[in-house]
Amino acid sequence: MTLHRRALLSGSVAALALPNLAPAQEAPGVTANEIRIGSTNALSGPASSYSVISRCLSAMFKRVNDQGGIAGKQINFIVYDDNYAPPRTLEQTRRLVEQDKVAFLFNQLGTPTNSAIHRYVNQRKVPHLFLATGADKWAQPQEYPWTIGWQPSYRTEAQIYTKYIMEQRPQAKIGVIYQNDDFGKDYVNGVKDVLGARFDAVKLVSHEATDATIDSQIVTLQGSGVDALVCGIIPRFAAQAIRKVYDIGWKPMMFMTNVSVSGSIVMQPAGAEKGIGLITSDYRKDQSDPAWAEDPGMNEWRDFMRRYIPDGELGDNNYTYGYGAGSTMIQVLKQCGNNFSRENVMKQATSIAPLEIGTLLPGVKVSTSPTNYHPIRHMQLQKWDGKSWVRFGGVIEGANV
Amino acid sequence: MSASENVAIPATIPQAVPARRGMPAWQVALVVLGGLVVAIAPAFVLESFPLFQLTMAVIMGLAVLGLNMVTGFNGQISLGHGAFFALGAYATAILMSHLDWSFWATLPFSAAVCGVVGYGIGFPALRLGGLYLALTTFSLAVAVPQILKHKSIEDWTGGVQGLFLVKPDAPAWMPGALTPDQWMYFVAVGVAGVCFLLCWNLIRGRIGRALMATRDHQTAAEAMGMDTATLKTRAFAVSAMVTGIAGSLSAVAVEFVAPDSFSLMVSITLFVGMVVGGVASILGSLFGGLFVLFVPNIAEAISKAAPGVIYGILLIAFLFILPDGFAGLLRRIAGRLRGRG
Repeated sequence: MTLHRRALLSGSVAALALPNLAPAQEAPGVTANEIRIGSTNALSGPASSYSVISRCLSAMFKRVNDQGGIAGKQINFIVYDDNYAPPRTLEQTRRLVEQDKVAFLFNQLGTPTNSAIHRYVNQRKVPHLFLATGADKWAQPQEYPWTIGWQPSYRTEAQIYTKYIMEQRPQAKIGVIYQNDDFGKDYVNGVKDVLGARFDAVKLVSHEATDATIDSQIVTLQGSGVDALVCGIIPRFAAQAIRKVYDIGWKPMMFMTNVSVSGSIVMQPAGAEKGIGLITSDYRKDQSDPAWAEDPGMNEWRDFMRRYIPDGELGDNNYTYGYGAGSTMIQVLKQCGNNFSRENVMKQATSIAPLEIGTLLPGVKVSTSPTNYHPIRHMQLQKWDGKSWVRFGGVIEGANV
Repeated sequence: MSASENVAIPATIPQAVPARRGMPAWQVALVVLGGLVVAIAPAFVLESFPLFQLTMAVIMGLAVLGLNMVTGFNGQISLGHGAFFALGAYATAILMSHLDWSFWATLPFSAAVCGVVGYGIGFPALRLGGLYLALTTFSLAVAVPQILKHKSIEDWTGGVQGLFLVKPDAPAWMPGALTPDQWMYFVAVGVAGVCFLLCWNLIRGRIGRALMATRDHQTAAEAMGMDTATLKTRAFAVSAMVTGIAGSLSAVAVEFVAPDSFSLMVSITLFVGMVVGGVASILGSLFGGLFVLFVPNIAEAISKAAPGVIYGILLIAFLFILPDGFAGLLRRIAGRLRGRG
């Protein structure tokens, strides 16, 4: 019996000691000539139009590998399909972490899907980097130090609109119409971040995603004397709001979430002339804008597309998105030197010195620090002129919260 | 009405039962022992991720069993069992995260809630036969994710954010140190095992025969004095209860519930599992669960570009090779062995 127990004890001591010995040379997912990176995306199902992001990232890593890899290591980028279903995301993420033993996770798609693995990856201390979602909840360095987003969050966007209002019309009465969910509430929080104590004067009106129209909400806002309106609403309601504001002859300074500014989905159905003067924001260069026809950054992207994704649809802005996120990731890997342990990858991902990327607007820089988990905090405003969006003013930075 | 008759796979089950009854005691003991070994071994052989997958497959198998009780054995087509799956998951999630109940305490509660709701759905089902019932239950599955997001119950359901919960830990009295994954596997296998046994017991007896008689020819069943209305509503209740329990298990295994977890696809997946596993087969449900969990992964391994196409081809191939599901294959093998012996 004693022998048995002793054997068991020494066995477990050995088992405990093993992982401590190993990472000195070899971190999980890293071998002499390979770094394994995992991701999930909706390769099938209703959200599968986003799968081009994974395609773009795979091609970018192929380009890195063709150029000799990072620190002599080839990148093996594994993407699994999660159908945009949270339980599948957890299953596939566990497959990546436990079976494929990836070094870290990168650019997984979706807010509900990433929510499902948020705690798992933080318990396991697996870097969960540069997610493809605009929710603000990924920036919680205290509670969830292993998770970081990438694109400006909806909250940052609302901060930028509010800053602009304060600069242009400091005495404006601000109104917010928002969808009653996380997406919409991020806009309310953004306005609050900037206004602080003055937030009490803001008129808040919400609606449900299931509502038929939001006409009555618009009338309520007009009736309460609002002259600067921030809209955190999805495309269907955005078209309604633009039309209604115009039809009742109301002329507020109107800001629309950049989720809902597509020409064909929002502006044309609303009536292109009814939206003149509407303001939104962006952080990417629009590839259809003639201003970027000879831009070196965009030419770098076009050259990449021509060589690595020759059949890719150049008008799809998921490719410029993917190029930006991929460039950020490659920068982090270069910063790692020869130490690809999870700790060091996370450390480097949260210490990016201001970085310019070819597909982002001039002045929009990617930067992070151990306390700043919002990699992109700058955006530029743009106005609808009846035909297209026209950029104006300089880039504006979100508030420090 | 004829659609419900098409679902039927008659005759084989009643034959199999008397045959098994004739088995000598040592053979029965051997089968039970073998089954136990097959059920327990994976927990110690597999690594944590495949074990998690197997746990999910067992849970899906249990959900398919629920659907099989009403569609397979009773001929009432349901395309909305994802709704009961969601209901069970949310019942457990809400009780565990808001009221700090233990998982075990939530299980009877979630079963009861699903049973009552299933019973309620059973009533309109009396008037709506076949395809109309399929559409009605389908609409239930479409509605549930949106209902879960509704503002009025957001404080409880967590809205689109969903709810987080924690897997039950292995109790202290268990020998050896089980990891949470191993313990979750045993919980799933244990709960599913009890449900499978109870359903098997129900089906092979008087009630099971009445259910199948109602499915095969309702008028004849009524003429023989069966209360088909009661049978049908209760079949729906039992079915919803079993699928709801599977939902509860999935909530703790995944440790997260959100409306997007219970899209229409869940209902369709359960239906696929039932047909592939074997309509009106208890054991077939388990195979159905294995199929719906593992085959999409196989499809993805074959082709990343079009996993849906591969999945479709595999599905058609299975239906072609095994027209009456895995259960039918097992029956044929068993029949051949018996014929030789």
